[in-house]
Amino acid sequence: MSSVETATISAPRARLNLSAIMRLPFIPIFILSVLVICAIFGNQLAPHNPTALNLGMALKPPGWVEGGSWAYPLGTDNLGRDILSRIIAGARISVIVAIYAIIVSGGIGAIFGMMAGYFGRTVDTVIMRIVDIQMSVPALALALVLATLLRPSLSTVLIVIAITYWSWYARIVRAEVISLKQRDYVALARIAGVSTPVIFIRHLLPNIMNTLLVLATLQVGQVIIFEASLSFLGLGIQNPDVSWGLMLADARSYITVAWWAITMPGIAIMLTCLAANLFGDWMRDTFDPKRRQL
Amino acid sequence: MWTYILKRLLHGLFSIIGASLLIFVITRLTGDPVAMLLPPEATEEMVRQMRATLGLDRPIWEQYLIFASHALQGDLGMSYRWEMPALTLLLDRLPATIQLASAGLLFSISVAVPLGVLSAVYRGSWIDRVGKTLAMAGQAMPNFWVGLILILVFSVSLGWLPAYGSGSFRHLILPAIALGSYPVAAQTRIVRSSMLDVLDSDYIKMGRILGASESVLVWKYAFRNAAVPLITVLGVYFAAMLGGTFVVEVIFAWPGVGRTVVEAVFARDFPVVQAGVLFTSVVFVTVNLLVDLSYGVIDPRARVNV
Amino acid sequence: MLANNRQQTSQPLLEVNDLQTHLVLGRGTLKAVDGVSFSLNRGQTLGIVGESGSGKTLTSMSIIRLLPKPSGRIVGGSIKFDGIDIVSLPEKEIAKNWRGNRISMVLQDPLTSLNPVYSIADQLGQPFRYHYKDMSRREIRDASIEMLRKVRIPAPEKRLASYPHQFSGGMRQRAVIAMAIAAKPELLIADEPTSALDVTIQIQIMDLFRKLQEETGVSIIMITHDMGVAAQLCDRVAVMYAGRIVEIGDARDIFKRPAHPYTQGLLQSIPKIGQRQKRLYAIPGQPPSLFNPPKGCRFADRCPHRMPKCDVYPPTVELESGHSAACWLLESKA
Repeated sequence: MSSVETATISAPRARLNLSAIMRLPFIPIFILSVLVICAIFGNQLAPHNPTALNLGMALKPPGWVEGGSWAYPLGTDNLGRDILSRIIAGARISVIVAIYAIIVSGGIGAIFGMMAGYFGRTVDTVIMRIVDIQMSVPALALALVLATLLRPSLSTVLIVIAITYWSWYARIVRAEVISLKQRDYVALARIAGVSTPVIFIRHLLPNIMNTLLVLATLQVGQVIIFEASLSFLGLGIQNPDVSWGLMLADARSYITVAWWAITMPGIAIMLTCLAANLFGDWMRDTFDPKRRQL
Repeated sequence: MWTYILKRLLHGLFSIIGASLLIFVITRLTGDPVAMLLPPEATEEMVRQMRATLGLDRPIWEQYLIFASHALQGDLGMSYRWEMPALTLLLDRLPATIQLASAGLLFSISVAVPLGVLSAVYRGSWIDRVGKTLAMAGQAMPNFWVGLILILVFSVSLGWLPAYGSGSFRHLILPAIALGSYPVAAQTRIVRSSMLDVLDSDYIKMGRILGASESVLVWKYAFRNAAVPLITVLGVYFAAMLGGTFVVEVIFAWPGVGRTVVEAVFARDFPVVQAGVLFTSVVFVTVNLLVDLSYGVIDPRARVNV
Repeated sequence: MLANNRQQTSQPLLEVNDLQTHLVLGRGTLKAVDGVSFSLNRGQTLGIVGESGSGKTLTSMSIIRLLPKPSGRIVGGSIKFDGIDIVSLPEKEIAKNWRGNRISMVLQDPLTSLNPVYSIADQLGQPFRYHYKDMSRREIRDASIEMLRKVRIPAPEKRLASYPHQFSGGMRQRAVIAMAIAAKPELLIADEPTSALDVTIQIQIMDLFRKLQEETGVSIIMITHDMGVAAQLCDRVAVMYAGRIVEIGDARDIFKRPAHPYTQGLLQSIPKIGQRQKRLYAIPGQPPSLFNPPKGCRFADRCPHRMPKCDVYPPTVELESGHSAACWLLESKA
């Protein structure tokens, strides 16, 4: 058993060194930090109540435009709600969706991917067939079915994300595990009779962690856009909860009179996704120097 | 070659069966199918009849077989909003969706391919950087927002193009751009990296040795090799396009499958939703199949090796 | 082997004079070719022998002007082809009127030299399409079949429609050679053309080079690390070490009377048939870094005859007609 223990130590892992830290993507990290702060302290930060109606102040343009007021820096929507406050409030849903997607789809995907790669044969075939099936139904289509069957809500969005996005992790983790399985320390552990759960947690998981992290960051932008799309269609978050997609849905009818109501929430989505994607690219370059197609 | 085609066909068939099973299970798990498949004002008699048609008193796998055999005969239920078979309704709307999805894919490819090739040929130059920035921005914008901004700029402010509707080429432009802007980044990246590999290869060097001009080398010899990785994932992008049509069709009031299904969701017209999703999956699997087969035409190695 | 002098005129086909080629890399400038001079007559074969990193490949890439971009550049010297200095010619002119039909080349690996997604017919047609614009499709087809026949590929009519993956390694290299000589170049550079092939195929390909030279009178530069290959095929041999030619001469002279200690070492490292050696001889040590090459003799650190004088670069000494070497040991013979 002790020989297996020492073998574990030799498992290769990427480490951050000083020069890598110097090349950190500071702007994306800053944007993502702002997002998380808004999600946690949104109520304290917002200048106005994001859901309070004020019809007297409806459709005010942003502060720098003629007729606008700096009390509502990004303007107001058709019901007189402050757009800046609503964007801050909407950050919470985006962060919830992103974290949930990472934990649930990443978790399910990692487990199934490891099982498919490690056990091979029938287990592999069954899991990969399920992945194929999963991939032949577009996520949004699945969301439509669920939204009809259940009521549209945050939980429908979360269920669809759980059902849909794991397959992506599973495919890549599987490939990774197949190559890991050939390595000596895993083979040794198997011969030494180490139990399967222990092999998974002690020997496989640490080695696929980098890949999982890279996949997760690259996925954040996708799920945020997915949530926004569903909410925009009216199949996701419902009023009075605040979501950027929902804000765009509300603003759509006023496109000819209030360009800011269309523009601002979209910019919030774009900045968030851009930051997440840039951060993900940096992660990939740092942790995946072989530049496989992730 | 023929065993390859047969294998792919079986694979595709399996995926479609799987997709139908998935939808079937979800439907049965989440509620009373009879209530979903009949209009709210259905009579007692209609309910009894529907229960019999669906075989709800039989075991679950038999229910699936009934569902599948109906589906195979083209019976995906009646739309009670449109009062016509769901399949007929969707087939009616399909051409518009295919048109839009193809136009979107065409847009993304016709931006991504030149951008990717030029970024590779002039790597590190300004064109490489511009390409990267454009592509990154495209990937960070939800297609419905791109659609709204396009309407804001080209319809509301400039008045150049119609904001919604269909019927002419001018109607197609904005929805196609909205739909096609998202995958540009990923496609550019694929083209660029495969092009870089190919341009570095010995056979391109050999072409130079023989006296080929750079344009022949890049656009004839390197391009076909570099296109192979893009083509292998084209099916995935077409699927993304089909997924995207749900939203884009709603924004631009495009009379396709997507908008019909989304409207059916709100009308709680479940037969149409179910049929629409099944239908989308079938189209998606078929497209993937065609892509896989065409890959064999472009890369002769695939014809024998698989 | 040396009988191929029929086309020899007074002027050599190729005269390389003090060629200097550098690779400008992030870490610094690599002086890969540092003052190389040689000449090659029509119809002759020159072998350039050296270990990897000696600058032999970059010398040939300088001649055909295909240096790695953007790092490679010719910084000094001249390359006269038929009396014209081609170093100063613009890239477009080289691509259009020189590569393929005056200077051509065969690369090391036949597996990667052919484009996997185009048929042999298409690829073999390239030189004709680039250099004989008025040829019809039929004529190109016929000419391609003729080229395949020339490189001894059986049933060429049937082979034309094949794809590279349907060819064996040896056949692919034959096809590449056919492409390279199709537009009748005067100079053919072959960069280790057989090192990726089996030994039996190697011999066949070498034989093919010899026959093609007899038939077409093309001049060949054969780049190799294998003294045996050089002995088989070359009229003259230049031995390169660390960016410079240390010895050059007729193949016979080089093999019978190697003058430079490095050449002697290379010859010692060839296993000899029928002579059982305890172990194969290998020259100890590593060649010097070419980022900052030593001022003196570059082989000094590995040389068994090292002297204090070797800190100064030795003069080139002519030993007999056309045979010279750069070593202080030869000072007395000058």
